[in-house]
Amino acid sequence: MRIILKPIVNSLNFIRTPRDLWRAWRGNIQLWANLFVIGWAVVFMLWQGAGFAVTVGTVFAIWAMLAVSLNLVVGFTGLLSVGHIGFFGIGAYSMAVLSSNPEYEQLRTEALTTFAWPFFAALPVCVLLSGVVALAVGVVFNRFRDDIYVLVSFGFAIIAFNVFLNARSLTRGAFGIHEIARPQIGGWTLNGELQFLLFVLAILAVVMLIAWIIVTSSFGRVLTAIREDEDAIEVFGYQATQYKLAIWVISAMIAGLAGGLFASWTSFIDPFSFILLESILLVSIVILGGLATIWGSLLGAMAFVLLEEGMRFLPFLPAEYIGQARQVVLGILLVLLMLFRPQGLVGKYKL
Amino acid sequence: MTVQGMEDGAELLSLVDISVHYDAVVALDSVSLGVRKGEMVAVMGPNGAGKSTVLKAVMGLAPVVEGEVFWRQMPLEAATHEIVKQGISFVPQGRRVFTHLTVEENLEMGCLYLKDRAEKVRRLDSVMELFPILHEKRGDLASQMSGGQQQMLALGRGLMAAPEVLLLDEPTLGLAPIIVSEVFQKVAEISDRLSTTILVVEHNIKGVLDIVDKAYVLDKGRVVHSGTPQSIRETDILTQVFLGS
Repeated sequence: MRIILKPIVNSLNFIRTPRDLWRAWRGNIQLWANLFVIGWAVVFMLWQGAGFAVTVGTVFAIWAMLAVSLNLVVGFTGLLSVGHIGFFGIGAYSMAVLSSNPEYEQLRTEALTTFAWPFFAALPVCVLLSGVVALAVGVVFNRFRDDIYVLVSFGFAIIAFNVFLNARSLTRGAFGIHEIARPQIGGWTLNGELQFLLFVLAILAVVMLIAWIIVTSSFGRVLTAIREDEDAIEVFGYQATQYKLAIWVISAMIAGLAGGLFASWTSFIDPFSFILLESILLVSIVILGGLATIWGSLLGAMAFVLLEEGMRFLPFLPAEYIGQARQVVLGILLVLLMLFRPQGLVGKYKL
Repeated sequence: MTVQGMEDGAELLSLVDISVHYDAVVALDSVSLGVRKGEMVAVMGPNGAGKSTVLKAVMGLAPVVEGEVFWRQMPLEAATHEIVKQGISFVPQGRRVFTHLTVEENLEMGCLYLKDRAEKVRRLDSVMELFPILHEKRGDLASQMSGGQQQMLALGRGLMAAPEVLLLDEPTLGLAPIIVSEVFQKVAEISDRLSTTILVVEHNIKGVLDIVDKAYVLDKGRVVHSGTPQSIRETDILTQVFLGS
């Protein structure tokens, strides 16, 4: 909102005619990016109706949560990780294994260990398990930088996917896990889509608040300094590795949280939701919105979801090509973005 | 003024027989030098002489294969990130300010490890008093400053740690001549007003010899001469080293 209101407030004293207003707004690309994406979302909702908007809204909220968490690492700290989807998967599988219905699973071909935990008992485990794995992985990752860092995070995403696919006694492999629990508050289950959307949005708000507190604190300032000059900050008395590890673990925990919510929302997951491509899409969202901006991650996720869902309604595009077409369009969009606006829609830094 | 437990005139910071090898390249070959409390000492020499490596060896940023660094007559064995807390502040080459942080935030980076807020504010005030330009631009991003201003910021950031010794690595590199003399003036002022001990690595011989108490001349990783600026000017050692004899 600040981006939209600030130019107006700043220019109130000289705006007399619509032409003055146009002059004040003309050069402000951030403002146009905001208006465009938000306007697009509004048009889309009016056009497709509330039910569809609720579904798209939930997808958006989950992507936004992931994008904010990844931006802490990629944007604010400058560690380009393409393995983030692994933590999302760990969260989702923790939720699935802990909370899926054992009676349902008994009917299926392969026996699966299930615990039938309620949602709110399983959710902290999603977060903690992602954090513990991130800690172990992060200690190793801290030895690398730049290009090599990208490569090892790439490796992590592939390993995570293969574990989901092949640890069948735990994940049921390609069959996936069904009947994952929905959140229950008292005797009341959040079965309705709108209820779930509101729940996820509330959690997104908390995540954004946490991210905001982190990036505006002195801890966040050290992260910015790490991004700019990792060697220099050792000289000023900081151990860059500790800060990198800390933000990496926090980011992974948020991704695990998003994973738990995702599993509960879809109530069915299989390993193919956690492939490397999804990780690349996530990095694209972060870059699209802008590095080192929390609002940008939200905007990026919104633009991405609208693009993805909007393409379903292209009359000339057969349904079976939508999946591939969205990747082509997103690819082209990223190339254009790198050419003309490398800092993303509302970002301040170039990759 | 004497440091507790130290005699007057003893070296506050000294390198004894330091050798640094980068794989097969010998950057420093058995170099010994020292700085007394309150002194300003220069390390000079042509490109590749190993000047900057001297400071890196102190900061634990260079692979020292032989010799030892002494701090207040005791071996300095702290890790790089602990050294600043012992009273040695390093202002690296090329300024290396954080361009996406404001001037004030950059300064705070110099002593972020401090828990005492009041002390932080006090230091911030005293640094800004020393550098009026930093006070004027305190809310601006460091990227919006000129090279000379960024150098002042780097100096100020180094002083935020309230160091006993300030290590300056090529503070005038890449600056316009008029700014160079301004920077030297500021360094001299720091030395006078705060009585901070300074070890400065410089390629700009003329400017630095005007302000230091003592200088070492390095060539190919060895100390080839040391003495007061006067004694250095009287010999032709600099001509030999810089132009080849």
